[in-house]
Amino acid sequence: MEELRVNEYNLKDIYTIEAGNFVTAGEASSNIKTLLKRLGVNSSKLRNIAIASYEAEINLVIHSKGGQMELLVSPNEVIIKIDDIGPGIENIELAMKEGYSTAPDSIRVMGFGAGMGLSNMRNNADDFKIESKLGEGTHICMKFNI
Amino acid sequence: MEASIFHSVTLDQTKCKGCTNCLKRCPTEAIRVHDGKAQIIGAKCIDCGECIRVCAYHAKVAVTDPLSILDKYKYKIALPAPTLYGQFKKLESIDALLNGLLNIGFDDVYEVAKGADIITKNVKEDTTIQKKRGPLISSACPTIIRLIQVRFPELLENIVNYISPMEAAAKISKKEFAEKHNVDIKEIGAFFITPCPSKATAIKSPNGFDKSAVDGAISILDIYGSLSAALNMEIDELPKRASKHGVRWALSGGESDALDNGNAISVDGINNVIEVLEAIEDGKLSNIDFFEGLACVGGCVGGALAFENGFIARERIKKLSENLPDAVPYSKEEMAGFDFKLDYPIKPNEVLQLDKDFSIAIKKLEQIEEITANLPGFDCGSCGAPSCRALAEDIVNKRAGEMDCVFKLREKVRVLAQEMIDFSYEAGLDSEKNDKSNNDEEVDG
Repeated sequence: MEELRVNEYNLKDIYTIEAGNFVTAGEASSNIKTLLKRLGVNSSKLRNIAIASYEAEINLVIHSKGGQMELLVSPNEVIIKIDDIGPGIENIELAMKEGYSTAPDSIRVMGFGAGMGLSNMRNNADDFKIESKLGEGTHICMKFNI
Repeated sequence: MEASIFHSVTLDQTKCKGCTNCLKRCPTEAIRVHDGKAQIIGAKCIDCGECIRVCAYHAKVAVTDPLSILDKYKYKIALPAPTLYGQFKKLESIDALLNGLLNIGFDDVYEVAKGADIITKNVKEDTTIQKKRGPLISSACPTIIRLIQVRFPELLENIVNYISPMEAAAKISKKEFAEKHNVDIKEIGAFFITPCPSKATAIKSPNGFDKSAVDGAISILDIYGSLSAALNMEIDELPKRASKHGVRWALSGGESDALDNGNAISVDGINNVIEVLEAIEDGKLSNIDFFEGLACVGGCVGGALAFENGFIARERIKKLSENLPDAVPYSKEEMAGFDFKLDYPIKPNEVLQLDKDFSIAIKKLEQIEEITANLPGFDCGSCGAPSCRALAEDIVNKRAGEMDCVFKLREKVRVLAQEMIDFSYEAGLDSEKNDKSNNDEEVDG
């Protein structure tokens, strides 16, 4: 996929996300949040990052077969890369639409699957790239200027 | 600076045993144990009182004003927190309690619940308040405000920009008293009868304005004895009573019920509040209009300075307030001369930021992660820090050393002991070996 221009990153963290594991769901984004607060990232931007990374993590837990989130931090930007091992998205345009969801009822009763995930991520990131191949996996890269 | 702000929660050195109970309970990791005594890091403390509750030795104390502070003023007004209503088993009416306060020497009494009524009315009718990202956040609990300043600065813009019911009560009662009796307002002291240390802090170091209208905070525990004895006296009916809703601000959910404005969520207990604030931060509560967070379990009735168990007090307050009117006891005209808004926005407390310089902060964070990975991860507290990670941070900030970790120290002692043994062999100091070599020498000689 087309990479966002990558600067020299001073901080790199990788979080493994397990599919279907609601015990740990949210921990990675919570860690990311805590970490960025310690660094003194601007409050309003932190809000964007918190929302986008939480959506990304929950997406991985619900929809993917598992994957990882990678956090990259430099003095000017925060990048969050999300890579999963499948199943991949058939129609990205459709998936990006607000309100569209493929989440099964069992997930919806938990309050997830409202179909806001991807669009919410895009709306909160300063730069958002997504690439997916059915049967292979989805790769997302979100950039936040700080 | 923040480091020097007054804190009600303090330590009695002589009683502290240096155990780790408070250390583990502090929601902002503001406590360290050094040289066998706890220390409170003032800049991080939010006066929640959790350490007071958990300390078996009563070494954590809340500093409130002594009763002698009343002597400083010619006229004294009592501002009872509605929580006070739930403290007495035999209390049959709120009037009996308010009269009791007059009986023990106050010249006037003004229910803080009336202040709550007034704040509710103002917030409800304020059309300039707009929903920001996420719900509007109550400004009632000073500990929650301080928590947000330290841990959730990005949510500060969501806090209702109104003063607390206590402040409103002080402002109005002093003005009313001065006008009614034609006295100088400077001769009047208004004293909050407080269920929590945090309010005492909020009076001495207010947030969002410079000077509190309240002149002192008297602990419920300090006044309990004399007040109990003064309750059963003749009851005069007092004018202008607080509404049912104002009184129930003492209970978790009370403020939301009073406001009755869209979807509200009320959360009590500091750790629950932290969890829900995290959720707000993550954008999970976009459908909620109002968030009421109270640091103590059950709301103010669970305050660390309340005499009665919070759940028992809750039931009493519900019962005592049952027949109170629904309506706010003030008209808009009567409130016209007052400003109940904060003077300026509440500022973030950047104490958790590792460094002002972003690059240095990143470097420190890397070091912290590295050191944490090498610590045992038991979070036992024996080093005096609440967790291995907190110790790592203290090490990076040069406030502690790796050998403060007892496990690291044991390991080091073991290694050193082994080195000593090895060295003793090398240096020929081992007695057996020594004898042998001496013998060899003799033979050789």
